[in-house]
Amino acid sequence: MIHAEGPESLLVIVPAWNEEGAVGDVVRSVKQHVPGVPVLVIDDHSTDSTLARAQEAGAAILPLPHHLGLGGCVQAGYKLAHELGFHFVIRVDGDGQHDPRDIPRIFERLKSSGCEMVIGSRFATGDVTHGNAVRGLGIRFFRAVLRPILGKTVHDPTSGFVGVNRAALEVFSRSFPLAYPEIEALVVLQRRRFRFEEVPCKMLPRRTGRSSITKLKSLYYIAHVLLGVFVNVLKYERRLHRRTGGEDR
Amino acid sequence: MTALLNVTTLLSIVLILLILFSVRKAHIRVEYSLSWLLAATGMLVLSRSRPVLDFLTRRFGIPDTPLTLFLIAGSVFLIMFYRFSIIISHLRDDNIALAQRVAILEYHIRSIRAHEKR
Repeated sequence: MIHAEGPESLLVIVPAWNEEGAVGDVVRSVKQHVPGVPVLVIDDHSTDSTLARAQEAGAAILPLPHHLGLGGCVQAGYKLAHELGFHFVIRVDGDGQHDPRDIPRIFERLKSSGCEMVIGSRFATGDVTHGNAVRGLGIRFFRAVLRPILGKTVHDPTSGFVGVNRAALEVFSRSFPLAYPEIEALVVLQRRRFRFEEVPCKMLPRRTGRSSITKLKSLYYIAHVLLGVFVNVLKYERRLHRRTGGEDR
Repeated sequence: MTALLNVTTLLSIVLILLILFSVRKAHIRVEYSLSWLLAATGMLVLSRSRPVLDFLTRRFGIPDTPLTLFLIAGSVFLIMFYRFSIIISHLRDDNIALAQRVAILEYHIRSIRAHEKR
């Protein structure tokens, strides 16, 4: 069982769904590179032995009673971390694509910058290609869309390798995008005047399985996220408007 | 036109019977059956009230009486789909929140048990 200790307590959360081939190594690798930091695997109702592999590797587990999707899965982890009193949470995906060696740098930046969110970015240095063409196009598109909303460029808006502090944790445990959370989460934070920074990180090849976002789904992804972004902007504008009118509680 | 109205009458009756049967079998809850029953009854009444349909056709300048019937039916069902989308969205949100709560409470229970064992 995990406990928050001290004002710099860190929890690493690993959302996983049918990742039996990778999750054990991910947990062991996190424990090796950030010893003493608790690791929580949130199992999104896997049908394989993800849960057992995570436990064997020494992670605490949070099994969900049914499949919620990535956003619901990550938010469950944020909620528990918030309840247990953790001050920082770093999310590492269960497919093994995020390199746990980057966790200490994200953690350091979270503490030193005072930012509410630090993103482990594949493209922060600008010298990395975007993998397949459709994904690259999508990332460039969302960079352009987010630039005027966020007021600065986010090089890797789809990165799931993120660290948050207690303030962001509090917001996310109450409100978190459910389907494709990464991009919308940035808008949710920014509209609350929270800040984020990017730290260059390495992305490893997926160890097992394949990405759930196929070429066809990419189009749905773009439409869904775009709508989510604008809904979040409009929602917040309305709240701001109410607040200035003295109606917001 | 008469044949079309008869078919609409028949479909409305089938829909009403189907909804009542589903409510009886507890496949649809009473509160959600109400919209369907109201819509089907409305269609039944309209299909048996030719003068009302003719009046609406003239009043709104619709070129054809059958078109009026289909426009009304389409509008009613669009409103119902919208209403059910809202209900489904709320249920999904509640469902996710409950599932997360269950998982977290189970975690706390396991934590307490582990503490007691020590």
